[in-house]
Formats: sequence, structure tokens, C-alpha cells
Amino acid sequence: MTADWPILSLTTWLPIIGGALLLAIGDKAPNASRWMALATAILTFVISIALYCGFDPTTAQMQFVERAPWIPVFNVEYYLGVDGISMPLIILTTFITVFVVIAGWEVIQYKPGMYMAAFLIMEGVMVGVFSALDAMLFYVFWEAMLIPMFLIIGIWGGPNRVYATIKFFLYTFFGSVFMLVALIYMYFQSGSMEILAFHDLKLGLTEQIFIFIAFLLAFAVKVPMWPVHTWLPDAHVEAPTGGSVILAAIMLKIGGYGFLRFSMPITPDASQHLDWLVISMSLIAVVYIGFVALVQQDMKKLIAYSSIAHMGFVTLGFFIVFRIAANSDASGGAILGIEGGMVQMVSHGFISAAMFLCVGVLYDRMHSRQIADYGGVIHTMPVFGAFMVFFAMSNAGLPGTSGFVGEFMVILASFRANFWFAFLGATTLIVGAAYTLWMVKRVMFGNIANDNVRNLQDINRREFIVLGSLAIAVLVLGLWPAPLIEVMDASVVNLFEHIKVSKL
Amino acid sequence: MQFDASNLIPVAPELFILSLACLVLVIDLFLDDGQRIFTYALTQLGLFFAIFLTLSVGQTEAQVIFDGSYIRDGMSDVLKVSIYIVTMGAFVYAKEYLREHNLFKGEYYVLGLFAVLGMMVMVSAQSFLTAYLGLELLSLSLYALVAFDRDSKTGSEAAMKYFVLGAIASGMLLYGISMIYGATGALDFTTVTSALATTGVGDIVLVFGLVFVVIGLAFKLGAVPFHMWMPDVYHGAPTPVAQFLGSAPKIAAFALAMRLLVDGMMPLHEHWQQMLIILAILSMVLGNVIAVAQTNIKRMLAYSTISHVGFIMMGILAGTAEGYSASMFYAIIYAFTSLGAFGIIILLSRKGFEAENLDDYKGLHERSPWFAAMMMLFMFSMAGVPPTVGFWAKLFVLDAVVSVELTWVALVGVFFSIIGAFYYIRIIKLMYFDKADNALPVVGNMDTRLTLSVNGILMLALGFFPATLLTICVRAIGS
Repeated sequence: MTADWPILSLTTWLPIIGGALLLAIGDKAPNASRWMALATAILTFVISIALYCGFDPTTAQMQFVERAPWIPVFNVEYYLGVDGISMPLIILTTFITVFVVIAGWEVIQYKPGMYMAAFLIMEGVMVGVFSALDAMLFYVFWEAMLIPMFLIIGIWGGPNRVYATIKFFLYTFFGSVFMLVALIYMYFQSGSMEILAFHDLKLGLTEQIFIFIAFLLAFAVKVPMWPVHTWLPDAHVEAPTGGSVILAAIMLKIGGYGFLRFSMPITPDASQHLDWLVISMSLIAVVYIGFVALVQQDMKKLIAYSSIAHMGFVTLGFFIVFRIAANSDASGGAILGIEGGMVQMVSHGFISAAMFLCVGVLYDRMHSRQIADYGGVIHTMPVFGAFMVFFAMSNAGLPGTSGFVGEFMVILASFRANFWFAFLGATTLIVGAAYTLWMVKRVMFGNIANDNVRNLQDINRREFIVLGSLAIAVLVLGLWPAPLIEVMDASVVNLFEHIKVSKL
Repeated sequence: MQFDASNLIPVAPELFILSLACLVLVIDLFLDDGQRIFTYALTQLGLFFAIFLTLSVGQTEAQVIFDGSYIRDGMSDVLKVSIYIVTMGAFVYAKEYLREHNLFKGEYYVLGLFAVLGMMVMVSAQSFLTAYLGLELLSLSLYALVAFDRDSKTGSEAAMKYFVLGAIASGMLLYGISMIYGATGALDFTTVTSALATTGVGDIVLVFGLVFVVIGLAFKLGAVPFHMWMPDVYHGAPTPVAQFLGSAPKIAAFALAMRLLVDGMMPLHEHWQQMLIILAILSMVLGNVIAVAQTNIKRMLAYSTISHVGFIMMGILAGTAEGYSASMFYAIIYAFTSLGAFGIIILLSRKGFEAENLDDYKGLHERSPWFAAMMMLFMFSMAGVPPTVGFWAKLFVLDAVVSVELTWVALVGVFFSIIGAFYYIRIIKLMYFDKADNALPVVGNMDTRLTLSVNGILMLALGFFPATLLTICVRAIGS
């Protein structure tokens, strides 16, 4: 049954069409718009489940493939397909979007229809990014992603939103145009726009290095890696809660996905040549940004910096494979690194979404994100307090939660590469615990700080559903990550076999 | 040398537009102000009919007529049809504005039609003299149009500047043509090309002539450093005239560059390629950087045009069929995008108020969500952000230069389009993120609103399905 339906197209276009309809209806009936948005989001999620059910984890081939010519003159095709690397990220996208819609239910009073529409269109475009197998199709989705996010931050954001959103737009635009030139260059080398054809394209070392740098500019900005991360704290602080959630949970993953789909398989030799660069950028992100997070006064900013540190783990996990492959024949370690990075991405998708939603819950009530304005919240909001402490623990990598699995796998893998990588990476277990738990301590515990906190209402049913579902997801992934690792295993092994072979 | 009546068939559209212009001129004499709408309707109907006429005389193979001085081929057909459509759009947008500003006169349409005729001659020129004739016919009509609001001081100033600089440019072009004539003894492209191929390119007179021709072209295109007239003319001219000036003539200017450089002087490719690279890069750099500093949207769009001209030249300088069709695609798309952006300016302008300053766009989203969305599409298309069609236009041009190993030119191009993105998204920022100074609703005639909507949605529709238009361009260049 699954093979007959264009599931990927449905998952991509259903939310986009839903969003366009919402835009067309306008804001005359806000409630109807909200329900329609929720229905679309849930329906999309249900359809995307079919991807998981129909997925064949034994093969690294692309599945659910859809192909049609799009611009024949330039060999550009409408070419979709997923493997074990992209499929979990698509489901993550559709899953998180449902909660973003619910989280914005009452909070957004200014043009709610347009708000929901922006997120639905965003969802479709992000699914498109993960499923595109044609380089131009990928690029179109990749850039189109900027438009809804630009508007979301700019229209519904905080006081300094204009600065933040223009910075976000220009940073990401800057990164991606060089990737465009690299893609065009490879089109002329291979005569095809297929990403998979790029994988097999023979390239000299100098070419590879230039292409690698072009990709690095695009993906490093998106991930974001130190030192091009500065747009993220600004964007997060100013974005509405839903915007922060999508940014942290999914958009950052697109950078990581880009490394796996483009940089590493297309330019394996350049990746190996320059892995020191990426590894040191990742380690700086893990250690230095961790300390930066420690001194933040603004909760959202703190979580934003913690996201950068966690994403440093992802890129570390990806790029140590070259060291491991060079050090010994233990390919298991290399695969562990990539899989750890992947698990970390999915897990961070849940945890960062939950953390931002928690901050959103507080912000909706107090209209402040400053840690100093809070204290003793657990006395007035016990249920919420339990959730927030739980998510904070998983953010710090508590065993039993999903945050632990990814970090543990990456650290384990980095031991095989170099002791010092593992050592520096492992400091996150301390620093990460420090900044998260210290924040929770100041916000949640102690005496009730002021009258505003005393008058807080605990979370309502809507918020409970959102946080509860995410808590379940974090726990399930933490206790039983096997299903996730199983679906990606064949693809990751295939990727590793591919990048081991030099193209020179 | 015998006159053959069948020669007239390929030029039937030109003859038709010429008679239409004369007819409109005469009929308008007998109409009073209340009946002026007939002039308008007649012009629009005529242009509409011209589309079908052009398509019906069109054939697959090229026809060279009048002793090799005139050509009808795929490129000329496609470009002529685009020129008609863009001109019709410009006339629709202009109608209400002209009425409110007491400019709703028959002469507007007569001049417009003569400009169209001039463009058609440019598009179909197959000898230097024909090209020059078409160019002058277009330019003279435009000078008069810029000064159309005779009581406006800035308008007269702009027209004066445009005329003086345009005349110098024409002089340069003519001087260059005369040198080429001196070196090759011919004016029609076929003979010139074969003469160039046999004599070689060592002749210094030829290269000298080429330099002057390129300078004349750069003036007309508005490429840096010959761009000085553009911001002032865009700023000073009545908005509908600036709109017309910034859209259809860009298509014709592209055609002129194609005819003169590619049809006429292809053996000198390596020489003019160098010159175009310099012009294209300077245009992209200067146009994009200076546009950031503008507070007047018409001046901003003028500088943005300069940067887009740089992109159009990038495709031509590649010197491949692929590059020409990419440039052709770009020129057509640019004309439509610019048409729409000026359409929004016209829509927001009322009697006694020109929506010229960037601040006039504050909070447009509150006043009219739909047209704010249309303006957003135009801006994203100009910035080259997918899924709007502006992205494909840029992509195809970049493709063309990368394919001839000029990757560094492409890199310069994309780098400065990042700077360009800033001032386009600043408009979006003003429309969407700022509060409006007034809550006046946006009023406009049904036809204006409809045309604007179609124009805006076209940006998105062509962005999703660029293949058809691109295939048309590729075929047109191939024939």
C-alpha cells in the first residue's frame, strides 16, 4: 500500500497547501483557522508515520522514491526519496510541528491564522529539504525555508525582532549562495543534478577543498558552529516560542543533515584533510559555548547557547570518523560516531523543543525571560516544575533520557579517535549539567521570589498534553533507542563505506 | 534588390504597430477628455492583437529581409510578444495615475506605441544602421515621456539629463559603428561577421570601434560606469513612465546587445567578453552597494536595475547559446518583476501623494495584506530567493558563466546579491514588521488590482514551473 501512494509528496505538500488555504481564509475566524491548522499538522504526522512503517531498514537504498522531470533543459528533476538518515528527521519535523501548533493556540492573538500558516508552510518546506534528492530541488527548499522563518521572527517576535530576523536571514543567505555555486560547478562536472550522482563524482583534492568550504559555509551557519553562531542567540531570544522550537528542534538539524548528505560523501578527501578544522570548531562549541551558556541571564539565550554546544557534539560525532578510520580498522567506532550524532540530533530535537516550550509557558504568564525575575516557581506550579526539572535533567544528559544516549555514543567513539577529543567532549557532562541545573535551581527552587511568582497558575490541559508527549518521547528514546538506530544503521554503514574510499 | 511584397509579411507586426500609432494619434484629436478611454482601449486592443499577429507570422526558421538589414527569428518573436505584454501591463497600471495627475492624454499612448515600435526594430535589427534607427526611435519617445508632466520641474530636469546623456551615448555608438564600417566596409551583420572572420581581429580600428559600440550599449543598458542617468531619470519621471522605462526597454536593450555583439561581432568575442566582465562586475558591485543607502524607492529600484543589468550581461558574456537563453530569461523575468514593483508604487500613490519614500511602505501589511504579499513576492524575486522565479533567472545565468570556467565571476555575482538581498528584505521589513503611520485603506481600480495580482502570482507560478518559459527561450536562441 505504501508504495502506491506518493507519501513524501503528501508530507511535503499537504502542510504547504493547508498553509496557503489558511492564508487565503485570513483571520476572520481565528478558531476555525486554529483547528484547521491542527488537523493539517496531525494528518501530516499520521501520513509521515507511514514512512516509518513502510521503511525497509535492511537496505541503504533510497526508498519511497518519486521522480519526474522538472526543468528538462537543466536536468533538474522533482526527485524525492528517503534513507535511514533522513527518514527519522522527517518524522521529527512532523511530530514537533503538531506541538508548535498547539503551543501557539491561545498565546498568539495577533493574526493567528497567518501564524499557523507560516508554521505549516515551514513544515512542508523542511520535509522537502530532508527528502529532496535533486540538488536544485534541495536548494529551493533550503532557501524557501528562510521566508517563513524570517516572517515568524519579524512579525511575532520580541522587541528587538527586526535586528534579529535580518541578521538571521542575511547570515543564512550568505552561507548558502556559495553552496549554490558549488552545486552548479558539480553539475557541469557530472552532467546531472542528482545528489547521488554527486556522491560518485570523481573530484581532485583542490576542487574538493573548495567545494567542501562552500558547503561548510552553508552548513556551519545553519548548525550553527562557532564562530558563525552569533545569529542564533539573537534569533532565539526574539522569536516567538514556536519559532524558537522549530529553529532549535529542526532547522539546526538541517545543517547536520547537510554534512551527512553533501559534505562527507561528496568530498571525502577534503573532509579528511580538513577534519581538524571541523573537530576543533566542534570542540570549541562544546567547551567554550558551554561556559558562555553558564553566564546567561536570559533563559532563552541560555538554551540557545546550550543548543550550540549540543550541536557541537553532532558535528564532532560526524567528523571523528576520519580519525577513527585512519587510526585502526575498527569501523564500529566510526559508525558509532555518526549514529551518535544522529541520535543526538533527534534527541536534541525533543529536548530543546521541550525546553523552549517550558520557557514559553513561563513567559506567557510573566512576560519575562530573565532568570532573576523568577524563584520558587515549583511552589506555585508543581506539575510544570516536574516537567521542567525532567527536561533540564535530560538536557544535562541524565542516563535514562535521550540526551544521554547520543552524548554517550559520541564520547565513546571519540575515545577511539583521540583521548583528548573525548576528554574535552566529556566536559560537557559537567558544564552542561552546571548551566542547566543552575538555571533550574534559580528559577524553580528556593523561596518564592515575588508576588508575580506567587500568583502563577499551573499549566493547563493544553500545555500538559504538549509537555507530556515530549516527555514520553524523551524517555522512550532514552530507554529504548534501538528502533531509531536500527532504521539508520544500513544507511550509516553505507555512508561510512562510501567515505572510506578516496576519490582521488 | 527588387522589391518583393512577400518581404512585408515578416514585418507585418511592425507595420501594424506603426499604423496603430498613427490611428491613435488621429482619432485622439477628435475625442474630448471624457472620451479618452477610447484611446486607451484602442491601444490595448491593438497591442493584444499584435501578439497574435506576431505569433501568426512566426516560423521556425529565421527570415532575413531588406537586403540583410532586418531579421525575423525565434528570439525576435518571443521578445516582441514579451514587450507587448509588458507594455500592456504598464498601460493598465498607468491609467488611474495619469487620470489623477491630469496626464491622461492621447499622446501618452502614441509615444508609448512609437517606443514599442522602436523596440521592435531593435529586436529585429540585422544591421548596425537598423539597430541605431530602432534605438533612436525608442529613445526619442522615452525622452518625451519622461518630460510628460510638463509642470514638474524634476520631470523636466530628468528629461534634460536623459536627453543630453542619451545623445552622447548615441554619438558614441554611431562613432563606433562608423569605425567598424571603415574597417569592414559593411553595415549588415552577416557581411561584417564574415569580414571579421577573414581579416582577423588584429585591426586596431576594429577594436576601437568595438569599444565605442560597447560604451553606447552600456549607456543604454545603464551599466556602471555609464549609469549616471538612471537614478535621476527614475526619480524624476512620472512613476508610470519610470515603470515603462524600467521594464520593456530592458528587454529591448538585451536584444540590442545580442544583435550588436553576438550577431554582429562574434569573432571579436574575446575582446568584448573582457569589457562585459568589467561592466557586469562594476554594475553588480556599485548597484547593490549604493541601493542600500537609498531612501527613495524609485532611486533604490534604479540602482537595483543597474545590478540586474550586470546579471543580464553575465549571461551574454558567456558567449554560449546557453548563456544567451539564460540572459533572455533573465531580461524577461526582470521586466515583469520590475513592472509589478512599480505597479505597487503606483497603486499606493494618490492625488498629491507619491508613495516614493521607503517609509511610505511601513505597515502596508496592515493596510492591505494581499498587496503586501504581492510586493513581498516581487522583492524576493528580485533578491533571487526561491521559490520565486528570480532565483531561477539568477541560477541559469550563473550556470552559464560557470560552464565557461568563469566561476570567479559567478562568485562575485552571488556575493553581491547577498548585499542586494538586504535592501529588498528591508522593504519587507517595513511592510510587515513596522506599524503603519496611517490606516488608509489601499484603493485601486479593479483592473489594476487584478493585473497586480496576476503579476505577483506569476512570480510564484513561474518559480514552481520555470521549465516552459526556459524552453521557449532556449528554442528561440537556438533558431
